[in-house]
Amino acid sequence: MAEAKSSPASEPTRRDMLFLATGAMGAAGVIALAVPFVRTLAPNAQTIAAGAPIEVDLTPIPEGQGIKLFWRGKLIFVRSRTKAEIEEAQKVNLASLPDPQADSARVKPGKENWLVIYGSCTHLGCIPGGSAAGEVRGDYNGWFCPCHGSHYDTSGRIRKGPAPTNLPVPPYAFLSDTKIRIG
Amino acid sequence: MSGPSSYVPKLGIAKWLDARLPLPRLMYDSFIAYPVPRNLNYFWTFGGILMLMLVSQILTGVILAMHYTPHATLAFTSVEGIMRDVEYGWLMRYMHANGASMFFIAVYIHIFRGLYYGSYKAPREVLWILGVIIFLLMMATAFMGYVLPWGQMSFWGATVITNLFSAFPIVGETIVTFLWGGYSVDNPTLTRFFSLHFLLPFMIFGVVILHVWALHVTGQNNPTGVEVKAVAKDTIPFTPYATIKDAFALVLFFAFFAYFLFFIPNYLGHADNYIPANPAVTPAHIVPEWYFLPFYAILRAVPDKLGGVLLMFAAIAVLVVLPWLDTSRVRSMSYRPLARQCFWAFAVTCVMLGWLGSRPAEGIYVTLSQLFTALYFAYFLIALPLLGLFETPKKLPGSIAESVLGKMKGGSGAVVGAAAPAEPNTKG
Repeated sequence: MAEAKSSPASEPTRRDMLFLATGAMGAAGVIALAVPFVRTLAPNAQTIAAGAPIEVDLTPIPEGQGIKLFWRGKLIFVRSRTKAEIEEAQKVNLASLPDPQADSARVKPGKENWLVIYGSCTHLGCIPGGSAAGEVRGDYNGWFCPCHGSHYDTSGRIRKGPAPTNLPVPPYAFLSDTKIRIG
Repeated sequence: MSGPSSYVPKLGIAKWLDARLPLPRLMYDSFIAYPVPRNLNYFWTFGGILMLMLVSQILTGVILAMHYTPHATLAFTSVEGIMRDVEYGWLMRYMHANGASMFFIAVYIHIFRGLYYGSYKAPREVLWILGVIIFLLMMATAFMGYVLPWGQMSFWGATVITNLFSAFPIVGETIVTFLWGGYSVDNPTLTRFFSLHFLLPFMIFGVVILHVWALHVTGQNNPTGVEVKAVAKDTIPFTPYATIKDAFALVLFFAFFAYFLFFIPNYLGHADNYIPANPAVTPAHIVPEWYFLPFYAILRAVPDKLGGVLLMFAAIAVLVVLPWLDTSRVRSMSYRPLARQCFWAFAVTCVMLGWLGSRPAEGIYVTLSQLFTALYFAYFLIALPLLGLFETPKKLPGSIAESVLGKMKGGSGAVVGAAAPAEPNTKG
């Protein structure tokens, strides 16, 4: 060492080489090992398989009422909207909405009476009431979240309260006039 | 602070061990000969109380884990089994659940003691920050423990708190999926929370050791905030003086604990948590445990989701930088007339935030939450930085001994204080 100090510009030693090589190998190893450790926390194969698409029969839902169902552990609202509710949703001034989105972008064309949305409040994930008869529907006749007071309208759009976005529309398609597939 | 070791091993085996692993020497220097300021009041007993609460939580927790089943379909029933079938299972569970509350009562007194007497100031910044880390770990542990019985409040509390992380842009959704291990709070969430709930107390234990180590390097603060100047005059040995005082306070505290445990064991809980978790029904009024309420009020005070989350984390993060926000050279609020008033206003603010956190998020409660959230941050960001510059503190006693002995002589500290030579009062 004393020799190395006296000539700072001396040749790299074999120890320097070992330090760099083992250091690089060690760092690569730690990163490579971290990946599987973190990946174990992701949804496992069983959870993913249980999240396959589901079919829903719409015939038992009377006009003006809705059902709740689960897909991927998340609640989904399917509501059969009345004429008045559809009109109410369509005539809103979009500029006045916290998360502007036209009602037509949230339903399938020609099926405006069916609204399919996720049923977890976009604030912190509580279940807004308003699907079943007798539940509080909030100031905009849609859904009302009791946890922190978010009001949703008849299109599931946020109108008042802390929730940042509209209730999202899950991926779904009409298989026939009375049947949809979610997923 | 502790100076050179005064441990003298007498027995042959003690000498033999001292030359190989001087653990008895460490214990002797830390808990017997260790010099403590002679003027410590009963607020200084909560460190020891907290240590015992941690031990109590670990002991009861290990027993509970022997009888608990971490599975979404079995957890609730297994907890009821502990209550009804396991001998003294009810005692273990009530000790653990109420113990968590007692732990937080003690830690809040401990924190406010530090805030009042300026224990966070130089040279105790690292000691204070380690304490904030312990507080954070305690909150994580308590939150995950509350999820384990898998009742309605467990489930919806977990849903609300994990969803906080979805507020972060871009990575938020991924973080939440990895927290859940699925697309919603479910069995994988429960099992990983159980694992972490078992791990974290031991991490707390590790940081507590660092906390005590840092304490024994700088020495304890005291009600005057004046540093120890002469060990012989200003301090007394830990044993028997501090030991017996700590033990007495501990017994009183455990009597208080026992009252909750044996007479009102469910007073601090929520009835909704005796309903099994149901992902389709949200309880009408989700409230966290009482010790989270002030932070919950801050979260709900902001109409913006990300803003609320950031402000809530900021409420704790501000404690980390507190040693550098308080500009006053005087530690103890006893000698700071204006800062003392601000301190009590701050204490009231925290209680008010706690009360507001338990109210529904509507109408006047939201406005009041915003007001008190502003006051909470004003204490740290406006009051403490400015007061240090403008306030004229009262005259500090020349030393700890003077503050104690001056009072004892005819009850007039001013005479001794005036007679003492004019020394610089603070070390900064």
